[in-house]
Amino acid sequence: MAAVADIAQAGTAAPAPRAVARRRERPQVWRWIVLIVVGLYFAIPLYAAFKFAGFKAFTKVFGQPGFSDAFTLSLRLALVTTVITLVLLVPTTVYVHLRLPGIRRLMESVTILPIVIPPIVLIVGVLEISPGFLKASPYLLGLEYVVLAMPFAYRSLDAGLRSLDLRTLVEAAGSLGARMPVTLWRVILPNLRTAMLSAVVLTVALVLGEFTMASLDLYQTFPVWIVNFEQSSGPVSVAASLLALIVTWIFLMVIATLGNRRSGKAGGSAVTLFSVSRRDIGGSE
Amino acid sequence: MTTGTTASEATGSATGGAATGGATVHLQDLSRAFGATKALDGLNLKIAPGELVALLGPSGCGKTTALRILAGFETADSGSVTVDGRDVSGIPAARRDMGMVFQSYSLFPNMSALDNVGFGLRMRKLAGAERKRKAGELLDMVGLAAQAGQYPHQLSGGQQQRVALARALAIEPRVLLLDEPLSALDAKVRLQLREQIRSIQQRLGTTTLFVTHDQEEALSMADRVGVMSQGRLEQIAVPSELYDSPATAFVAEFVGTMNRVPGELRGQREVTALGMTVPVQEGTADGLVGDVDVLVRPEGLRVAAEPNGNGIVTDRTFLGSLTRVSVRLSGDLLVKIDKQSTEAADMLPGTSVSVTLPSVAVLVAARA
Repeated sequence: MAAVADIAQAGTAAPAPRAVARRRERPQVWRWIVLIVVGLYFAIPLYAAFKFAGFKAFTKVFGQPGFSDAFTLSLRLALVTTVITLVLLVPTTVYVHLRLPGIRRLMESVTILPIVIPPIVLIVGVLEISPGFLKASPYLLGLEYVVLAMPFAYRSLDAGLRSLDLRTLVEAAGSLGARMPVTLWRVILPNLRTAMLSAVVLTVALVLGEFTMASLDLYQTFPVWIVNFEQSSGPVSVAASLLALIVTWIFLMVIATLGNRRSGKAGGSAVTLFSVSRRDIGGSE
Repeated sequence: MTTGTTASEATGSATGGAATGGATVHLQDLSRAFGATKALDGLNLKIAPGELVALLGPSGCGKTTALRILAGFETADSGSVTVDGRDVSGIPAARRDMGMVFQSYSLFPNMSALDNVGFGLRMRKLAGAERKRKAGELLDMVGLAAQAGQYPHQLSGGQQQRVALARALAIEPRVLLLDEPLSALDAKVRLQLREQIRSIQQRLGTTTLFVTHDQEEALSMADRVGVMSQGRLEQIAVPSELYDSPATAFVAEFVGTMNRVPGELRGQREVTALGMTVPVQEGTADGLVGDVDVLVRPEGLRVAAEPNGNGIVTDRTFLGSLTRVSVRLSGDLLVKIDKQSTEAADMLPGTSVSVTLPSVAVLVAARA
């Protein structure tokens, strides 16, 4: 009887190690189940596309008429859009944070508009008011993409600036003799690198995948070419889509990796899309 | 109100021999309002070359606004700021040659400690090798030569503020501005750093304006301390004078611990309280009649164990050589009295004691 009591007491004092281990394993198991379900959700369509296209189609993609023109146009548009977006939005966001913090909520509402307004409405409006020389240039699309990318780019930059004590940094630089352009170049931009890379990642991904505006503007960007080419060769078109996906993904990974490596050295944040959390900046004395 | 010792225009005669350089700073009739709130209301302050003046006051008293106007980050609604006799009101912060250490950590996260210190020198077009040499010397001066290559996130809070101090001093500023630089640090580091700041400031003889809400910091570091309230200087004086002869009730109660004992004025020269009549400090009873409060520091009140005395000991705190005894007087009035610890052995809680005023002139204020 005493032995039974001892065992019971031992049981209440310290749960069996196996039971504890089982409890610890449970969240791990659920984590994997969720991961596998989500993975399958993305992998099955890709596998189906790969199966449909076949290996041979991948080798044919690069030689197809119009491929290289469409692809380089998309790359050029990505470059132009990214540059204009950063040139417009970085100073604007810095100015709002520094001098007009009261209108940040208004800015958030205004910058969300391109998502709320359907692309068809945007494009009709743009075509209505654009001067002739712009309508004749594919770079009109670049300007439209700047508007489309604004909600994402603004939020990245806004998150980056919120993680900095911007006013103190600007005043510290000022007290040391730096004028605003120098402060922007030497202090703000280097500390905003991660947020800018996030903005670039989002902008590039958007431009490389955008179809509606390009199609309505009658320019054959890469997504438009894929849709058009589908009518002559389905498997090659699907192979091109998969290649575009892989190339875009690799491109984004390279940007993110470079950004993380450089900002990590200075205690900066990881490249994320909508939030920037700085790594342990303050000392702990 | 600004008073005698003090007053606004007083220059730092108490600076001492340590000062070897620095500029004369003169804030004249500075006023600044934010909406309906007057942050500064005709502030006058003159700082002598090499002097360290601390502005002390509660939150919202205008001390930081005064410092920011001197730095060039704010503009005054009226009044002027002169440095060595030259009006700098229209000169932007970047051209004022004033080093500043901020309350929050302000090091540039993308630069190493050495590059942070060298930033101001770079702005002054100093060549790379010379810049690094000088920045290294300054880091050495604040005891952080070994951390030259480290980034701000690799430094502790105290180290970051020392780098910030070296960075502010690297440009050889005419005026050094310290905006509560120690407030984010823990007590031990704060103590070490304030001694280091004072020692460096005295060695370099840089005219310094130091803003703080911590009276211990202000009294221990500054040549003169200005106590501010509602945008005005209440009093500016050397620390001992500020403590021993506060010019106003506000200063008396803001600096150190002060007891309020109810009393009754007899004319303008004497007051009766705790059953005795003592002289009143000149000028403090102006405009007062009848019931007043007598302001006495804990070390000013006398206490002795006495059966049927006028108070009962409620608590006592050992502070080393002194013991602070809390006594409840009639009327539920609690006073704190400092006694030599060797004489406070019999002051146990519950002991009946007799509390009396000092026989020296006391400060009086309107009844609270």
